[in-house]
Amino acid sequence: MKPTVLNAPSNLRAISRSLRTLLFGVMASVPLLVNAGTTTAEVNTTGLAVTDSVVKVGQLHSATGTMAISETGSIQAERLAIDQINEMGGILGRKIEIIQEDGASDWPTFAEKARKLLVNDKVAAVFGCWTSASRKAVLPVFEKENGMLYYPTFYEGLEQSKNVIYTGQEATQQIIAGLDWLAKTKGAKKFYLVGSDYIWPRTSNKIARKHIENVLKGEVVGEDYFPLGHTQFGSLINKIKLKKPDAVYSIIVGGSNVAWWKQLKAAGVTSDKQTILTISVTEDEILGIGGENMVGFYAAMKYFQSLDNDNNKKFVAAFKAKYGDKAVIGDVTQAAYLGPWLWKAAVEKAGSFDIDKIAAASPGIELKTAPEGYVKVHENHHLWSKLRIGEALADGQYKVIYESDLIEPNPVPKGYQ
Amino acid sequence: MDGMSFSEFGSVLIMQGFNGLSYFSVLLLMALGLAIIFGQMGVINMAHGEFLTIGAYTTYLLSVLSSTYAPWFESYYFIAAIIVGFGVAFVIGYLVEWLMIRHLYKRPLDSLLATWGLSLIMQQTFRSTFGPKEVSATLPAWLMGSYSPKEGLDIPLNGLFVMALTLALTSAVAAIMFYSRWGLRVRATTQNRAMAGAVGIDTAKIDRLTFALGCGIAGVAGAAFTTIGSTGPTSGSLYIVDTFLVVVFGGAQSLLGTIASAFSIAQTNSTLEFFMTGSIAKVITLATIIGILLLRPEGLFRLRVRK
Repeated sequence: MKPTVLNAPSNLRAISRSLRTLLFGVMASVPLLVNAGTTTAEVNTTGLAVTDSVVKVGQLHSATGTMAISETGSIQAERLAIDQINEMGGILGRKIEIIQEDGASDWPTFAEKARKLLVNDKVAAVFGCWTSASRKAVLPVFEKENGMLYYPTFYEGLEQSKNVIYTGQEATQQIIAGLDWLAKTKGAKKFYLVGSDYIWPRTSNKIARKHIENVLKGEVVGEDYFPLGHTQFGSLINKIKLKKPDAVYSIIVGGSNVAWWKQLKAAGVTSDKQTILTISVTEDEILGIGGENMVGFYAAMKYFQSLDNDNNKKFVAAFKAKYGDKAVIGDVTQAAYLGPWLWKAAVEKAGSFDIDKIAAASPGIELKTAPEGYVKVHENHHLWSKLRIGEALADGQYKVIYESDLIEPNPVPKGYQ
Repeated sequence: MDGMSFSEFGSVLIMQGFNGLSYFSVLLLMALGLAIIFGQMGVINMAHGEFLTIGAYTTYLLSVLSSTYAPWFESYYFIAAIIVGFGVAFVIGYLVEWLMIRHLYKRPLDSLLATWGLSLIMQQTFRSTFGPKEVSATLPAWLMGSYSPKEGLDIPLNGLFVMALTLALTSAVAAIMFYSRWGLRVRATTQNRAMAGAVGIDTAKIDRLTFALGCGIAGVAGAAFTTIGSTGPTSGSLYIVDTFLVVVFGGAQSLLGTIASAFSIAQTNSTLEFFMTGSIAKVITLATIIGILLLRPEGLFRLRVRK
């Protein structure tokens, strides 16, 4: 529907009609100029919270409770990205306005707040969730109310939804290349798998075991799980000393993580005696563990703060300018930063804020400005990305010592179930 | 045990034995303060874990301060942190008793709710003050690494340290409770409050100091645990369940019971962990404790008094 301001009136009734049109046209043409030819009615056919000048989005993370430790970085990164997009003029000429909700580390609260954001606030997109449990809690809400969630965390896979874009790595992307690297450069044949006792470590270790046994023709000499919050790892460390694996594969999370690495160090397990590869320690976690306890051990992630490229240098500088010089950036923080940018690209490609159109437009979107380098959205709504191996340094940063090719996301891998 | 010599196996056996003892001292250290508060006074203090956290953050602060302003102090700050941790937790405990707990002595269930609320308030205060992310106190060199008398045998230094601290603190508490006038008054008050008051003991003051002492000991435990665990706003809650478990299982009013309980739980758990996965070990340990508590509802040791 284009307002017809220039039509000449031919009679009186037409004059009064065209006066109305004129008034409407004048009102509409102000944003029209800014929006480069897209009216709100065109770009928003489903009643989302989009006006001529503003588009509202939701942010749903835990700002309080136990998960605040991890989710704070994501909150900060998403805000930074949205600020930067607004400085560039917003999306389709509209400024992004954030409605922040607190999931409070409680999964039913996440579901409730997701419903509030989608039903009451009608937000055009939500950037949020961190744990798989919170994502599983909000997923039915997003599918029923047809919302769009940008989820930043590396996770166990086995999921794919039209209503979610997964900006972190799924398990096979993070695991397989890392194990291959261990086998190739460290000659690892005997592996010891450890993890916290919930879905992500268990699913990840299941994939790891299949890969070790079927592809690498190696052996898993031990597999151990500990309750979340477990603080005593002496027995496990002794078992590892007894079994003498070539490599320990560690997926311990949260407060346990600190106890685990401190006790390894105290038990004389240092990187020159034992190879350990973890997929659950980002620079954020090292703050709590203490760099001196991690020196020389390896992590497999898609992003490290020390990545040496121009995108990343700009990102790190902007992040520190906004959040202080001591701020550190972990893998998930970078993945969270991608969310708003991927959404912007999808909206611009679709020429619309409609959820269905964004979902359809997302596959194939490339982001050449990503701090991690280059990413591309796959048909399955996950990202093509690289895997890097970082060696921990005493100052709490990682030195990147290996980089894979772009890895295709494969959230439901055959032969690894 | 292919490829493993007898002496290596012996080393692992020794380390595993040490591991059990080390876990025992951790459990005892964290339960000691609660054994006084819950055991002697009957207050269910859900905020006990946060008093541990106070000790941990005190250590972190002193670590930062000493590395910034007094590098020569860096290798000793940890000793100071333990004393300051005790002091800070003691003072806050004293205030909490005065402001809140003393109004709730006759309402145990309300004190449970109130202290749980207090724990949430304290957690959010830590979060607002120190940020939601975990922090790490730099350990002095003499606490890092292991004592290694021979190849393959490593005894963690921080474990030895926690053990020594636990031994000293438990002896001190036992001495105070059983050999000092003040301990006598504490025991008299908890056994028969009315009669203790009648013979001239200031029971309100005794309560306040007892509660503060329990909190202070939690502060010491928190400072010591920075060597083996995490320091974050919710770190204390990692310990609270195990702490109550030890005190209840031991028999609430008995110091000896707390020691016996910490020892048996630690040995059971660490032995089971060696032969099976950590989660299953925990399940079996908990199931055993529940079974024993069904048979002996008052715990391992009970105090015999006329009521």
